Amino acid sequence: MHIKKLLTASIIALIAANPALAENVLRWTSQGDALTLDPHSQNESPTIAMNGQMYESLVTRDADLILHPELAESWEAGPDGWTFKLRKGVKFHNGADFTAEDVIFSFERAMHEASDYKEQIKSITSIEAIDDYTVKMVTNGINPILPNQLTSLYIMDKGWSDANNVSVPMNYAAKEETFAVRNANGTGPFILVSRAPDEMTVLARNADWWGEGMFPGNVDKIEYRPISNAATRVAALLSGEVDFVLDPPLQDLKRIEATEGLSVKTAAQIRSIFFGMDQGSNKLRTSNVDGNPFKDVRVREAMNLAIDRDAIKRVVMEGLAFPTSMITSPGVLGNTPENDPPVKTDPERAKALLAEAGYPDGFTVRLDCPNDRYNNDEKICQAAVSMYARIGVIVNLDAIPKSQHFPKIQNRETDFYMLGWGVPTLDSHYVFSYLLDAEGSWNAAGYDNARVNEITDAIAIETDGDKRTSMINEAWIQVKADMPYVPIHHQVLAWGLASTVDIPIAADDAFRPRFAVMK
Amino acid sequence: MISFIAKRLAQSVLVMAIVSAVSFSLFNFVGDPVNNMVGQDATREQRLEIRDKLGLDDPIITQYSRFVGNILQAEFGLSYRIKRPVDDLIVERLPATLELVFVSAVISLFFGIVLGIYTGIKRNSWISRVILSTSLAGVSLPTFVIGIGLIYLFAVHLRWLPSSGRSGVVELGWWKTSLITLEGWRSIILPAITLSLFQLTLILRLVRAEMMEVMRTDFIKFARARGLTERAINFRHALRNTLVPVITIIGLNIGGLVAFSVVTETVFQWPGTGLMFIQAVNFVDVPIMAAYLVFVALLFVIINLIVDILYFVVDPRIRLGG
Repeated sequence: MHIKKLLTASIIALIAANPALAENVLRWTSQGDALTLDPHSQNESPTIAMNGQMYESLVTRDADLILHPELAESWEAGPDGWTFKLRKGVKFHNGADFTAEDVIFSFERAMHEASDYKEQIKSITSIEAIDDYTVKMVTNGINPILPNQLTSLYIMDKGWSDANNVSVPMNYAAKEETFAVRNANGTGPFILVSRAPDEMTVLARNADWWGEGMFPGNVDKIEYRPISNAATRVAALLSGEVDFVLDPPLQDLKRIEATEGLSVKTAAQIRSIFFGMDQGSNKLRTSNVDGNPFKDVRVREAMNLAIDRDAIKRVVMEGLAFPTSMITSPGVLGNTPENDPPVKTDPERAKALLAEAGYPDGFTVRLDCPNDRYNNDEKICQAAVSMYARIGVIVNLDAIPKSQHFPKIQNRETDFYMLGWGVPTLDSHYVFSYLLDAEGSWNAAGYDNARVNEITDAIAIETDGDKRTSMINEAWIQVKADMPYVPIHHQVLAWGLASTVDIPIAADDAFRPRFAVMK
Repeated sequence: MISFIAKRLAQSVLVMAIVSAVSFSLFNFVGDPVNNMVGQDATREQRLEIRDKLGLDDPIITQYSRFVGNILQAEFGLSYRIKRPVDDLIVERLPATLELVFVSAVISLFFGIVLGIYTGIKRNSWISRVILSTSLAGVSLPTFVIGIGLIYLFAVHLRWLPSSGRSGVVELGWWKTSLITLEGWRSIILPAITLSLFQLTLILRLVRAEMMEVMRTDFIKFARARGLTERAINFRHALRNTLVPVITIIGLNIGGLVAFSVVTETVFQWPGTGLMFIQAVNFVDVPIMAAYLVFVALLFVIINLIVDILYFVVDPRIRLGG
């Protein structure tokens, strides 16, 4: 009798202890692992995506990229900054309470010299706690889009950080790695179980999460393993070893779709691909003509008319692109159907424009292009070379790895180059301040229009929504007339999924496990 | 003997110095690491500041002497990419590579010698012809293609083995091994075969050629005349004589296996030093690239030194010449 009881008890205990029973394990892969778990050390997509499962920010975006409260419950703009009301009753994974002190600590940490986020929140001049659950951020002039800039600014526990000696982000002068590189203590829906960089990272559901029961997600455990080789990554999905591939190569999508039990989801990405023409220099570096043909707007128009974007979409991109005449995507404030009209191709008119501008026989120029950064980047450039040949512009292609390509743009050493631009804030200010403002750090086109410069500064502090939108509109109309860039298309992103999981795809390519449903 | 070893050691140091100098000067052409290290919204000043902190704008000679000085103090620096000490990373990744190299060396040795003997003795059988023509694929197909082919056959189509990764890892002190679990063996088998194919073919053809050579020599004819069995002639007399050059080649090829593991590890996401190297190249992670190249050069130098010393012991002619 006694033995029987014991046996029953132990069987029950075994069943209860066996995690394999009724546990939803989501196994997924992508090309690159997070570089570090320190949330302020690297402003890089895979790192943000990994840390966003364990850490949370004050505000977040859902799969439709609409702003939602996360650790803040509400926020409002005042005359000199923003006030955030914090969520109450939130606990970090180590059990510590989340209060205003942690927010102030985290923002100061993110503003530290060694942080990769200091540029993103440079408008904040000081931050203070009104009470335990209210934080005021004083900004340098009103910053109407501050909440948009905070979605990947994660909040750490002050006590934990001080105790583990990670009160400042890792910096390059340090000789030793810090505790925060491989350990995490956030408030988020998942808790770090184990991490072997480039091998496997395991996260478990946080039963004490504040949002428990408020979201559709039912994943209990996440197993992430990066697979750097694209063919191997797809093989892992085809063989059923993973349920979700974040970045299958475009040429394999048909094959995934054709496999039983697998499907593909696509969405327009917030990233536009375009060519930049250096119209600021007095002489091109790589051309056979004296002076700079790109200074003439007729030449820039010809360069735009020569490109057959629909052909690029059809032949190079296997249909996965949205041809455009604008360098920022739908979803970003400022992209309207008027500013992003259907594309035009007219080589004859382009030739005539070149002749009018004094280049009846065309000219030569080098196109600098990355070969490992954007979808089919080098192939797009190759297609462009033959399209330009039709109007007499002889383009010499130099396709090189991104580590060599981007410094050319940074150092203004290129006449004609490919660049892609994503907009994390979903606001045109991010495009103007980097690509179109005369002082913009990525404006290798050397575009300089007084009114556009003025508007770039004005929309940084204008709080009247309508007035601000009409200024953004005015600037885009000016840019459309000046044509400093040759827009090609907005990228399409694609995910490969097993039919047993449903994860909403989002234009920012981020995996949101709180919405992941396993059947 | 001592003067011979001293001379070889001096040569090794010279080789190491040249290898590190050449690889170091190549890093200037790989690109700018700073762009990968900061977000796209970093300003030009911030980029310049990091370049300055890392000393990337110093003359190449200054950078190189700093690098050599650090190596002599066993200071390899911090990875630009993951900001962890490079020596920690290499020590952490080395067991995976060494186990992979060990298993593929065993595979290529065993099958290389067995098939070599068989094709050497039964020269005209159709099985020998099949083995020889298949082994041609081993040398002519790129490792990448073989690896992907094996993955699609055994992982995707048949679903017998995992497609990639290293599972079933058990920690024995600081050494993480995957050779004592079934799961570990299941994951090592495909990458090990992929890595071994080239060496296997080489050993097979070498053993076969040596076998055929030895079989023509006088002492085999003598052995036959003495009425020894075929078995004794083949294995006791012929095989022993073929093994001398084979052992030399194998010694040198262990280094080759470590070098070739770069491709295999990338295809199979095998978390060893080769995968780390490729990721470092993509990111322009100079500290890791530098340490890895120095490490591989050191490995080759040590193996060569051992082989030279063995020759010295075995072959009296070197003693006279040296």
